[in-house]
Amino acid sequence: MVQLPYLTPQYLLALTALVLLLYDTISPNSRQNGVLAGIATTGGLLTAAVSAWFLAAGTGLGSYEAFSGALVVDQMSLFFTFIVGSVTTLVVVASYDYVRDEPHIGEYYSLVALAATGMALMGAANSLVTVFVSLELASLPSYALVGYLKTNKGSVEAALKYFLVGALSSAIMVYGISLIYGVTGTLLLDGIGDAVVDLEPGLVGILGLGVLMMTGGFLFKTAAVPFHFWAPDAYEGAPAPISGFISSASKAAGFAVAFRVLLEAFPIDVIGTTIPWTWLFVIVAAITMTLGNFAAAVQENVKRMLAYSSVGHAGYVLIGLAAIGGGTSEADTLVLGAAMMHLLVYGFMNTGAFLFIALAEYWGVGRTFEDYNGLARRAPVASLAMTVFMFSLAGLPVGAGFLSKYFLFAGAIQAGFWWLAAIAAVNSALSLYYYSRVVKAIWIEEPVSEISVDRTPTGIYLAVIGAAVVTVGLLFAFDPVAQWAIDAAAIVL
Amino acid sequence: MMIEALIAVTFLSAMVVLAAPERWAAKLAFALSLVPLVGSLWMYSVFEASGNVLLGGPLAFETKVPWISLGEYQLHWHVAMDGISMAMVVLTTVLMSLALLSAWTPIDERRSQFYGMMLFMEASLLGVFTALDFFAWFIFWEFVLVPMYFLIGIWGGPRRKYAAIKFFVYTNVASLVMFIGFMALVFATPVTTLGLPAITEALLAGEVSTFAGIAPETLKLVAFVAMFAGFAVKVPMVPFHTWLPDAHVEAPTPVSVILAGVLLKMGTYALLRFNFTMLSDVANTLAIPIAIMAVISVIYGAMLALAQRDLKRIVAYSSISSMGYVILGLIAWNMYGVAGATFQMVAHGLISGLMFMSVGVIYNIAHTRMVGDLSGLADRMPVTSAVFVSAAFGYMGLPLMAGFAGELFIFLGGMQSTALPAAQVFTAMAMFGIVIVAGYLLMAMQRVLFGPFRADTEHEIVPAAFHDAAAIVVLILLVILLGTVPDLFYGMIQDAVRPILAAGGGL
Repeated sequence: MVQLPYLTPQYLLALTALVLLLYDTISPNSRQNGVLAGIATTGGLLTAAVSAWFLAAGTGLGSYEAFSGALVVDQMSLFFTFIVGSVTTLVVVASYDYVRDEPHIGEYYSLVALAATGMALMGAANSLVTVFVSLELASLPSYALVGYLKTNKGSVEAALKYFLVGALSSAIMVYGISLIYGVTGTLLLDGIGDAVVDLEPGLVGILGLGVLMMTGGFLFKTAAVPFHFWAPDAYEGAPAPISGFISSASKAAGFAVAFRVLLEAFPIDVIGTTIPWTWLFVIVAAITMTLGNFAAAVQENVKRMLAYSSVGHAGYVLIGLAAIGGGTSEADTLVLGAAMMHLLVYGFMNTGAFLFIALAEYWGVGRTFEDYNGLARRAPVASLAMTVFMFSLAGLPVGAGFLSKYFLFAGAIQAGFWWLAAIAAVNSALSLYYYSRVVKAIWIEEPVSEISVDRTPTGIYLAVIGAAVVTVGLLFAFDPVAQWAIDAAAIVL
Repeated sequence: MMIEALIAVTFLSAMVVLAAPERWAAKLAFALSLVPLVGSLWMYSVFEASGNVLLGGPLAFETKVPWISLGEYQLHWHVAMDGISMAMVVLTTVLMSLALLSAWTPIDERRSQFYGMMLFMEASLLGVFTALDFFAWFIFWEFVLVPMYFLIGIWGGPRRKYAAIKFFVYTNVASLVMFIGFMALVFATPVTTLGLPAITEALLAGEVSTFAGIAPETLKLVAFVAMFAGFAVKVPMVPFHTWLPDAHVEAPTPVSVILAGVLLKMGTYALLRFNFTMLSDVANTLAIPIAIMAVISVIYGAMLALAQRDLKRIVAYSSISSMGYVILGLIAWNMYGVAGATFQMVAHGLISGLMFMSVGVIYNIAHTRMVGDLSGLADRMPVTSAVFVSAAFGYMGLPLMAGFAGELFIFLGGMQSTALPAAQVFTAMAMFGIVIVAGYLLMAMQRVLFGPFRADTEHEIVPAAFHDAAAIVVLILLVILLGTVPDLFYGMIQDAVRPILAAGGGL
């Protein structure tokens, strides 16, 4: 029995990107869409499958370190690789129809695979160097992908905005990393964790500044306040599958890095009195979810609404960091685990929602709520899937979003942050209003204009329905997800 | 496995109907709804439990299997029935089949979606009344909102979109408030499960510790208020009632039947299970404020009904006052009060269903519900008028009808209550509500049914169709059956109530 390398999922993604590039070089014919999408899908699917297998087999319960500890494979990195692999699969399957008539298809798929590689590495990064490198590896292809529709003004503008904010936050982050290195003399997370235990009092201020600046990079990647400005524009301008990719996989990877770096390198029980970073996240979480939800509630454009709601969900997940250290270690595990569960379910339901938008764009339906009126009469199955996504995002028990969201609230309450849970609950109720606007438009309103949905794009349909089936199915079979997430949380805590 | 089978069959039926062709949907849905109906009646016939699901004792059809583990917490799939659940389950299945029958005339578009949604709602209602693990229960509790949103939003009246959103957001906020209150209780007790019986046991044993800097007594009080507020919206009690008239008036008749007949009972059922069983000591401390709210709901609800000119609004507001009686019975905290309140839930479910169906038939034929537009209908639609009169009498509490038994038990309980200070005063005030109820119902009846025939509508007034009348007649027979033999339900309800009172220090 051959033992697979621990980093197999990451290798698979990188290999997929290279094979895609190679195939495109050998046969540079834009008619090869099907083969390219097939390769990318296989790569994504294999990554997700291998991660799930490793998770189920308990491979990550110990921790395997590679490259002198710069990368680590444990339940947590596998958990996030599974999210990245699943989202990538959905996105490339849907892209088959979406990019069919665009130029540079080969580059498109390989950029997706490269970005996914970066995201998967972010989950495994155990040193500030690999954190930075993998974050950039995820970001640079993403900038290009957002601007992929290069004849579309919105797409190009979105890419520029995303790139500028991204470059700025990278600069801030790398400066923060240099400060941390200067104070602790190491870049390995556990090394930093050891160094901060007996830190000279004079250096606390510098270290605190370093943590703050580095956190800026994480907040950018997760589209949290105050680094969220790019998100609505980028999501709106980007091709819809890419919006789903960035808002689900990239966000999850950002959280993976944030969880690991903050919890391993700056354990709150050690430096909580000098650098109480959880309070930063308490404030950021409260503001992010409130701002995201209120902004989403006033949008007229469905894609923009989803973009702001994605900011809101970043706020919910930030509770996972905010409520750490408030109660017992069981409470910490529950709330952090719930945050991870939410990211996994979010990966399916949010990607699915963006892919439904891709479907609407494919049909030439407009972008406002009114344009979606009566869509259910034309495409009942896809509309049913969208309804599942919307209600699951809102936290109604039609999908697993219900469980993960309420476990997150429960975790916050258990940690003693019942008022933060109350803020989240108010936001959740508000979110029901705007999510149900989509449902209302699709099912209840009369169509204003004749929409022709005569074409049935197989790929997008497959991805949308696949995402919906998983979202609903996880509601009943939530136990493995909960187990994996709790194990992963226990490892980093 | 019977409860799971009941829920699963209903759920699958819903999916089948959703995918069925339009022209079959109505008959198929009715036929499929007979399966859970027969199932629940069979369960009733073999029912032998005498305990209480939260407090132990012999239970019926219990299943408990591990479902999700969350670190130290273990969630179970746990369902069981006691006399209270049994009564609510039978009410749900009976009323749903009859409501589906009454939908044949008014629902003429997107039928398969309509009937599918109704059956989805039935499945989740059955779950609410039987689930014993908090998350399973909460899933069913919240899922009820989804079909209801569509049922009001798609098939409702002119302001349906507004009513649907208002119902949706309002009741969802209520659930969230309740959720926070309940979770705080869970984490303050040493349980490592979200099973309701285990939590009840810990709470009754006083194993509540300081949580998030809040002292145990205060925490229990805060949690009680949060849960009470959450459930009071569903009941609804004044001042949380404003969603109800909108939802009712806009909803199509069969949906109103289920809304008033079963959905409102979710609120009182949850109050009984959570607030009054788990935190009976807090309920006793807050007895006076709760009694005041109950009496206000009775009187104010009745006065609002008195002021309405739309038959459906009259019935809708009258539910507020009827549910006020139920709360009064619960807070009386003795056998007559609590068991009577539970009995009244069933009775009101049947009678309000009857009222809404009669009003629905009048509206289907006359296309107006305004009291001022109609007069002397009794000549043209004798059967409908007769059942409307019987329903109204049932509502007023005429002897030998279910409403009489329920109200009588509640008032007996209220008058004899030792737990509620000045119980006699509160009860006497609430009894005054009956006078107002009689007032508006007699007035509506007299104007709409009797006197010279007149209808300000271009539609011809003809007798009701057979299937409409059939549903109503079956319902009226049930109301009389339950009124003449209340022990069909009352005995088993008493069995389930006895442990509550014993644990809470009553009787």
